[in-house]
Amino acid sequence: MTMDTRIDRRRLMRGVGLAGAGAAMAAWLPAWAQGVSSGMQGPLPTVSGDDITLRIGRTDMTVDGRTLRAVGVNGTTPAPLVRLREGQNARIHVVNELDEESSIHWHGLIVPFQMDGVPGIAFPGIAPRSTFTYEFPVVQAGTYWYHSHSGFQEQDGLYGPIVIDPKDADPVKADREHVVVLSDHSPLSGGAIFDRLKKESGYFNRQRQTLAGLLAGKDQPLKERLMWGGMRMDPTDVADVTGSTYTYLVNGHGPRDNWTGLFRPGERVRLRIINASSMTTFNVRIPGLPMTVVHADGLAVRPVEVDEFQFGPAETYDVIVTPPEERAYTLVGESVDRSGLARMTLAPRAGMAAAVPALRKRPVATMKDMGMGGHDMGTMDHGSMPAMDHASMSDMDHGPGATAGGMAGMDHSKMEHGTSASSMTGMDRSATGHAGGDMGMGGMAMGDMNMRDFSKASGVKRGPGVQTISPMPVDRTGEPGQGLEDVGHRVLTYRDLVALDRNPDVRAPSRSLEIHLTGNMERYMWSFDGEKYSEVKAPIPFLAGERVRVTLVNDTMMGHPIHLHGHFFELVTGKGAYAPRKHTVLVQPGGKVSWDVTANEGDWAFHCHMLFHMMAGMMQTVQVRSAKGEAA
Amino acid sequence: MKALLLAGAAALLLAAPASAQTMDHSMHGMNMPGMQMPAKPAARKAPARAAVKKSPTRKSKPRRDAPAPKTDPHAGHAMSAMPGMDMGGAHADHDMGGMQAGASAPAQDPHAGHDMSSMPGMDMGGGHAGHDMTAMQGAAEKVGTDLPPGDAPAPAAQPGMAAGRFWGEDRMAMANHHLRQHHGGMTYRQVLFNLAEYQARKGGDGYRWDGDAWIGGDVDRLALKSEGEGAFGQRLEHGEVQALYSHALDPYWNVQGGVRQDFGRGPSRTYATVGIEGLAPYWFDTQASVFLSTEGEVLGRVEGWYDQRITNFWVLQPRVEANLSAQDVRETGTGSGLTDLELGLRLRYEKSRRLAPYVGVSWERQFGDTARYTRARGDDTAGFSFVAGIRAWF
Repeated sequence: MTMDTRIDRRRLMRGVGLAGAGAAMAAWLPAWAQGVSSGMQGPLPTVSGDDITLRIGRTDMTVDGRTLRAVGVNGTTPAPLVRLREGQNARIHVVNELDEESSIHWHGLIVPFQMDGVPGIAFPGIAPRSTFTYEFPVVQAGTYWYHSHSGFQEQDGLYGPIVIDPKDADPVKADREHVVVLSDHSPLSGGAIFDRLKKESGYFNRQRQTLAGLLAGKDQPLKERLMWGGMRMDPTDVADVTGSTYTYLVNGHGPRDNWTGLFRPGERVRLRIINASSMTTFNVRIPGLPMTVVHADGLAVRPVEVDEFQFGPAETYDVIVTPPEERAYTLVGESVDRSGLARMTLAPRAGMAAAVPALRKRPVATMKDMGMGGHDMGTMDHGSMPAMDHASMSDMDHGPGATAGGMAGMDHSKMEHGTSASSMTGMDRSATGHAGGDMGMGGMAMGDMNMRDFSKASGVKRGPGVQTISPMPVDRTGEPGQGLEDVGHRVLTYRDLVALDRNPDVRAPSRSLEIHLTGNMERYMWSFDGEKYSEVKAPIPFLAGERVRVTLVNDTMMGHPIHLHGHFFELVTGKGAYAPRKHTVLVQPGGKVSWDVTANEGDWAFHCHMLFHMMAGMMQTVQVRSAKGEAA
Repeated sequence: MKALLLAGAAALLLAAPASAQTMDHSMHGMNMPGMQMPAKPAARKAPARAAVKKSPTRKSKPRRDAPAPKTDPHAGHAMSAMPGMDMGGAHADHDMGGMQAGASAPAQDPHAGHDMSSMPGMDMGGGHAGHDMTAMQGAAEKVGTDLPPGDAPAPAAQPGMAAGRFWGEDRMAMANHHLRQHHGGMTYRQVLFNLAEYQARKGGDGYRWDGDAWIGGDVDRLALKSEGEGAFGQRLEHGEVQALYSHALDPYWNVQGGVRQDFGRGPSRTYATVGIEGLAPYWFDTQASVFLSTEGEVLGRVEGWYDQRITNFWVLQPRVEANLSAQDVRETGTGSGLTDLELGLRLRYEKSRRLAPYVGVSWERQFGDTARYTRARGDDTAGFSFVAGIRAWF
């Protein structure tokens, strides 16, 4: 659907006035407009207690007046809110009423590995027409979610929110709360979407660069288009699946349905915002209303006020808003490629609506998104440092890296070297003893800027599935996210996040591990280190209790939300013992992210949370065993 | 002549992958917009905005208001803003004052124009990991994620699944195998007609098709290709089917080998074939094949097209196909050399990617002895058609 026909309350009322009879509305207004006028609201279907039953089955869902097939739980999509209390034991019976295997994974919950819900890693799956009972102690509080880990069921609607109330007083004070589940839904089944992507990876992209655009002076100039064409890279490939097929949902309702959450002016309203989409990175904002982020991925962070944040599939943020006025506010979750948006309203009364902001211009990928972040040639004067060795620099870890943790707070994008000439010679690799590459940047011809130089990624297997290797990936955790660089207001970055509580494990990592996120957009192949899950011979081994620094290097020009099951990891962003702890981290295109993790015993799924990237092979098993090699 | 043609066909075959390789490096000599590296200090463009936003001191006067710790070998460096920075002793004589705290002497600095904003990969400490610069932080100890990692060895992967002891080793092994197969190891299939059209032309309208079908995984596939043409009311002029094994060589190119069977007018022929197909730089879809018939004849073909998006719904596809022969084959009316050339220009409407109608023009011409044979039969050796058809896949 497009938002061109979007309508707001005022326009609608004008229309009603013209028609001359409000009572006639239902007769002549399209169904979606009725949705706008009333606003869907009310509490989500909720299940709670020590003994919960979830029935997975086929269901219909009505989005913007259109009825679509879906897979749901207890007859609803999204699945009901599972409300638990920290400290309780959860016993959840999952009845699979489908004719295919199913499963439920408790995303972000620290559970015994055999209860984690991934068929083939945690358990054998829930056979058709059978029941599986999950039992686990609830050891945490916060906002999480659950979803199928079988086939494409997540895309088809099998996802729902989890809220765990703390056993003691909640440090986040709020007068009321709303759970906001953002998702993407298509009339096509998940399997059909994936099939199309495998045959034509640009199938859903209706915002590519065109000849008409070139003549109109839009997007890249010809020279840049030729350069990208020469690389066979499409800079408009920002999202694989787009608004051309998706309707973006809030709590299962389309933008025209306008799900509405109520407030009284001046109240502190807690929004538990969950990205439960299969493939959509959202930019979330409430025009006119700043948001104070208080939780990230379910865990408390020091409050930080922003106007917008970007989050990838599976991430969650809790924000506090305090709407001061007796008026409606629109919350929009704009798809990262700006092909559509999820929309809801915060209002003092049902039936109110505020203006819905127009979709902003879609971003066009840059060389930084291609992993050339270290090279901003437009501003770099190479002439004055002919011997500088960029190759070795790219191997070095700044910010979150191994040796420079303390620098993390420093934003390199603002670092200006005003060094003296003599000291600059120290940067010559011959002087510093930096062995390694010979990029010869002094030649200034970019002579060796090979976009597929496997010497930059020693652990990556060369093959058809690896289209590019980022020559100079940089830590982009201080950036707001693709397409939000110039929005003119405060956008959350990972570096804004500081854990409220001291990290439970503040030991130095005993070792480090680099994992490359690799892919080929032409063949729609995705993998870790160049090997699809179907090809890997061995899991990624950890010792139980071991602390490891993992660096994810994005060798593709798409963002990847990487999720490690059964763990929270601490982002290495210079926050010392107060590093933000997450279960999923969005690695920006051509960028890299480091985190420290303390390994929990068991076998755990580790994958990109873009559903179709995972299905294409971007997945691995993390195997955590005790030192004796036994899963004791 | 024969040798020349064979060499030519071989060159064709090699040309595409070779160009693919060279084009992988195509950026080398390219003038990359926004990436020029001028010899003189460059104007600071893009990063300036970001820098200004978060680094107000960037262009301010030298500021040394942050006293360096007395024991600091970097005394005099305004490093206050760089807690924990591991600069290494070898750099003790660096004046890093310009970093963050404002340039100490920008005017005299030959690197003054050197905006390092884009070099976060820079590690001053590569070989200096042993230096403890905590003094630069003032007092605080490094903790938690600020600590550098050690170099302990990674453990070895163990066999078996941890969940085996709960649900059974065999069950879990089977489930894991299934899981892997469904995350990267699936089988896909596609049928694609790039051309399926009606051709309106002088002397009798005709039809033309060119398509393929495949089944398999990401790397290895079985493929069928077919193309042909004819005139309505007459026997099929030329048709062929190829059955091929296709293997992905690299991100863009597949090598294919198999058999080709011709049918239609004249004696039918069976060939062994090998070829490559793929996406050349600048998004050209390209195929090149050689064919060796059971009679020992050698033919070659090269084909390419380009989808020029006028808008996101209207696509203009120029297409070329050339056939070659290494020898005269009187029976099939084929002369040595370039036998025929087909140029097409088709405009399609991609409201649906899978079923896109198009209209266009197609021009064909035969050359050399092939044309002579055709003229001898009394047929046309060149022709121009208006075409209308559907590009479809499923």
